[in-house]
Amino acid sequence: MHENDLPSYRDQSDEVRARFARIRERETILEVRHLGKRYRSAQGEVDALRDINFSVHRREFVCVIGPSGCGKSTLARILAGLDSHTSGEALLDGKSITGPGPDRGMVFQGYSLFPWLTVKKNVMFGPQMKGADTDGAARDAAMWLELVGLEKFADAYPHQLSGGMRQRVAIARALVNQPRILLMDEPFGALDAQTRAKMQSHLIDIWRNIDITVLFITHDLDEAIYLADRILVLKAHPGEVQEIIEVPVPRPRSAAQFNSPAFRATKARLEALIHPATEAVPEDEQVVTPHMIRFTNVADNVE
Amino acid sequence: MSRIALLTESDTRQRMLLAVGSFLLPLLVWCLVSYVPFIWHPKVEITVPGGIDYFQTGMLVDRPQFEDELAYAREQNLALPAGRPANPIYLPAPHEVAQAFYTGFVKEPVQKDAPWLHESLWHSIQIIFWGFVISSIIGVPLGILAGTYTRLGRLTEPFVEFFRYLPAPAFGALAVAVLGIYDGPKIAIIVIGTLFQQVLIIANTTRKLEATIVEAARTLGTRGGRLLTKVVVPGILPELYRDQRILLGWAWTYLIVAELIGTSSGITFYITQQARYQHFDNVYAAIMIIGIIGFGTDLILARLGKRLFPWDRSQERR
Repeated sequence: MHENDLPSYRDQSDEVRARFARIRERETILEVRHLGKRYRSAQGEVDALRDINFSVHRREFVCVIGPSGCGKSTLARILAGLDSHTSGEALLDGKSITGPGPDRGMVFQGYSLFPWLTVKKNVMFGPQMKGADTDGAARDAAMWLELVGLEKFADAYPHQLSGGMRQRVAIARALVNQPRILLMDEPFGALDAQTRAKMQSHLIDIWRNIDITVLFITHDLDEAIYLADRILVLKAHPGEVQEIIEVPVPRPRSAAQFNSPAFRATKARLEALIHPATEAVPEDEQVVTPHMIRFTNVADNVE
Repeated sequence: MSRIALLTESDTRQRMLLAVGSFLLPLLVWCLVSYVPFIWHPKVEITVPGGIDYFQTGMLVDRPQFEDELAYAREQNLALPAGRPANPIYLPAPHEVAQAFYTGFVKEPVQKDAPWLHESLWHSIQIIFWGFVISSIIGVPLGILAGTYTRLGRLTEPFVEFFRYLPAPAFGALAVAVLGIYDGPKIAIIVIGTLFQQVLIIANTTRKLEATIVEAARTLGTRGGRLLTKVVVPGILPELYRDQRILLGWAWTYLIVAELIGTSSGITFYITQQARYQHFDNVYAAIMIIGIIGFGTDLILARLGKRLFPWDRSQERR
């Protein structure tokens, strides 16, 4: 099928349209209004984020995507309360976000597990901080470890686990606090392709089975389309919302859908937004101009 | 899997052999210089004084001088002196030092006022211990706080940085004036020598803690003092432990200067006293025992560290 034969990414089947209508009926968990972040740098004032507006409904899966430097990680960090914003507001259940709190779980890209604690104690950390007794925390931890399939590794230390397993622990550790929203900042970015695919379907499974709303930051278009109900597309310099796309791919999702017209139409739209044909190469890439010199014998060709 | 295991096994064996070799090599050089008569041996130990008036049995003279006197004795038809090649008195042979090492612990010292080797040593160890403990009680918490809270770090570190360049022994006279002539000023010198390095090193170690770990803890609802006790301290503990091991070695290097302040005491007093009587075998034995104790404690502490911090990955690389 040629690009031109693709349906519009705005075409939704009745089933999908009905689903979005149901989502919109649910209460709003997160509301972001005119959110902006300005900071001073060597080049003067920089708008990392400008006038961001969106809301996330309960049990919705929203992906945030954009080119590098568009401030998508900053957005997640502001929502987690780790960074401050300079204008507008972010409301969780109608209450303004001012600092970090256990009502927002966060999964980081890098390994954020506590290396001195076993897997189980890592998961118990949140409840214990909330004042739960050891037995209660241990029971909760065991339950959530079972959910991510790591009950056998409860007594292992993080360094003994593979990258994918560590991120499973990180997810369990964030979920055990039963947060209102799970913020995920490129959580699978450091994993190999196979593990990442496994983790994506595992995350969908978790999301389907528990009452959790997810805001997922990624730079991988396929990942965003595969996971999301809606995709928030940001552009860089300044970081602004370009479009909020309702993904027309029906659920339940599977790897087979990667070639479906709806999927490809969405991907084509995302590519057009993120890598516009007219846009010049980023500044830092322009400086690099390789000058190819022949270092091998003239007759010794590889192609 | 088994091949990797085999490799690492032969690797550790090789490492052990090389470690032993690193001690055997200098010992071998020492043995060669001491036991092979034609290597070095710039002196002659008189065995038969002969007709030379001032020669005595056991006396050490320079070789040219001995040869002059020998030629003189031949000329004058005096009884010929005899001697064997020897090293200067300040280089005893390994077996002599080994013997001194043994007798230092079992035989009463030759001089009446001299302390036993182990008495001197015990006194020194106490000085080190208290100096290091006092320094750590102040330095470890201050370092962790300065590393955690940027403002406190900026408030304290410039002065600490300045103070660490002031040589600790320079405070000797002052310490005696304030703390008297016995153990007080000695402990103070060790504290001054260790503390300021300690604050900076530990503050630096604290700053190297992965920021994501602290952030993760904050998103899990940790705040304030608990962030310090439940996250920062356990997070840096293995590195902190390693820092303390290095700093303890530092404290030992200040010991000798410290013990010269006020009334000389401890192992330093033993060394200077024995050197004064030219018992250089005892001097070497005493110097060596400092090395053995320092190196030994470090080995034990390293082993203990592996037990204490099974999750510490940086140890696997060593």
